[in-house]
Amino acid sequence: MRPIEEALNPTLKNIKPSMIRRFFDIAAEMDDVISLGIGEPDFTTPWAIREEGIRSLEKGLTHYTSNAGITALREELCRYFKRKYDLHYTKDQALITVGGSEAIDLTIRALVSPGDEVIVPEPSFVCYTPLASLAGATPVVIPCKEKDNFCLTAEDLKAAITEKTKLLILPFPNNPTGAVMSREQLMEIAEVLKDTDIFVLSDEIYSELVYTDTPHIPFSGIEGMYERTIIVNGFSKSYAMTGWRLGYALGPQPLIALMTKLHQFAIMSAPTQSQFAAIRALKECDGDVIHMRDSYNQRRLFIYRALLDMGFSCFEPGGAFYIFPNITSSGLSSEEFAERLLREQHVAVIPGNAFGPAGEGHVRICYASSVENLKEAVRRMQVFMDSLKK
Amino acid sequence: MQEILELLENNARLSTEELAVLTNKSVDEVETIMAELKSKGIIVGWRPIINWEKTNREDVSALIELRIRPQKGCGFDALAQRISAFDQVKNLYLMSGGFDLGVFVEGKNIKDIALFVSEHLSQLDGVISTATHFVLKVYKYEGIDFFDPQCDRREVYS
Repeated sequence: MRPIEEALNPTLKNIKPSMIRRFFDIAAEMDDVISLGIGEPDFTTPWAIREEGIRSLEKGLTHYTSNAGITALREELCRYFKRKYDLHYTKDQALITVGGSEAIDLTIRALVSPGDEVIVPEPSFVCYTPLASLAGATPVVIPCKEKDNFCLTAEDLKAAITEKTKLLILPFPNNPTGAVMSREQLMEIAEVLKDTDIFVLSDEIYSELVYTDTPHIPFSGIEGMYERTIIVNGFSKSYAMTGWRLGYALGPQPLIALMTKLHQFAIMSAPTQSQFAAIRALKECDGDVIHMRDSYNQRRLFIYRALLDMGFSCFEPGGAFYIFPNITSSGLSSEEFAERLLREQHVAVIPGNAFGPAGEGHVRICYASSVENLKEAVRRMQVFMDSLKK
Repeated sequence: MQEILELLENNARLSTEELAVLTNKSVDEVETIMAELKSKGIIVGWRPIINWEKTNREDVSALIELRIRPQKGCGFDALAQRISAFDQVKNLYLMSGGFDLGVFVEGKNIKDIALFVSEHLSQLDGVISTATHFVLKVYKYEGIDFFDPQCDRREVYS
């Protein structure tokens, strides 16, 4: 038999592995790392939600659910969108997935054919371009610039569209920059799209973590965009449920039906306990969400000020729980900065280019960490920056 | 004001400057609020939360249920004030239900508390009965789980 390396899927094999792996190994040697490299809430799931998961186990609800997710959850999700955004969805337009990530994968695979182009604004979450490539499509990256507040501009979008463009990824509120698109900016994007056949995957996983004066607007709520938009969201960030692995997609019924077919082959159904717990989350946990958001906001203000005080140029994030300072004044690349900060001061951050070449010159700091931790991290960063000047 | 109190309740060591940044206020505004909180007796003290079981100290504590006779004109307050004057009394509540005052006391050992109850508390004018329950173990205190105090279970990178 030929060597296994030759047999492996070359497309998958050629996708660059995450650079974070190497950092993991360095951090594993240390016992006093302050990790700001995390992409998840520091809260434990609210007790009411955990209790509902436990209760479902006690009741013996340990079987598969229907492929699309339990009806009560899908219906509750539709009610949630109605009361929160005044958007009308039916349960047939909802698919419950294993995290938002699965919903992204399914959307891309169900929509895209080989030869299509998928537009991906960067810096952004790491999965879009690999998944588009694996589906045989060509990812077309639009770098979002610091001068544009890391938002996607109508001008850049227009320039990237070709007759092959099938799908636009809209990752806002953004990981890693914390950028949020305003209604006006979204309307400009809609204006570019309205006479095309382009679909939009709006990854709104951070929808509940918005600190600007105007609340989050789902892209399907922008005039003329409902028919072409797939909302991807989930319970991980808003309800601190990362380990429960539960997300969802909302969109046009025929597309959701096709995604459900794919989901049925690969997954069967999302975790049953998580689904029952999520119903309780949607029904009863608005207060917990507000409490967590307020707490992230305090820490956002804290870290933003601290970075400015240290002399970094830094975009003020409006959403998510990340801040993306410009570190070019250090004279180091993103990777050098992150690696040396970890080795020398035991503070873990993520190099900005992990989120695409457009992130070079920045690092991602997750501020979902206690104020005590943030204070100590800031102190160590200051020592690190001072050491560079010597 | 509420936001500052909640922040301090979780972390009393935050400085005025830090509070100002966290609440998006000026240092002057925070100082004014802090002065008001102190002058109004809303903030009455500062202390760390200590798990004494992890130290050498072997003090014991108990909850004493006290049934008392209310006094004309001042109800339970006069006797409660008298009881609160004892150093051994750490917390004192007026309760609904089967007894009137919930008295949390601390002593060097069981005998110490027994003596306090028999020689002081039970002999006060107006005390009808006492029932003493010793604390065997503290699982949670002031909202902090002593089983597992706020450890970060997350990976370094995720």
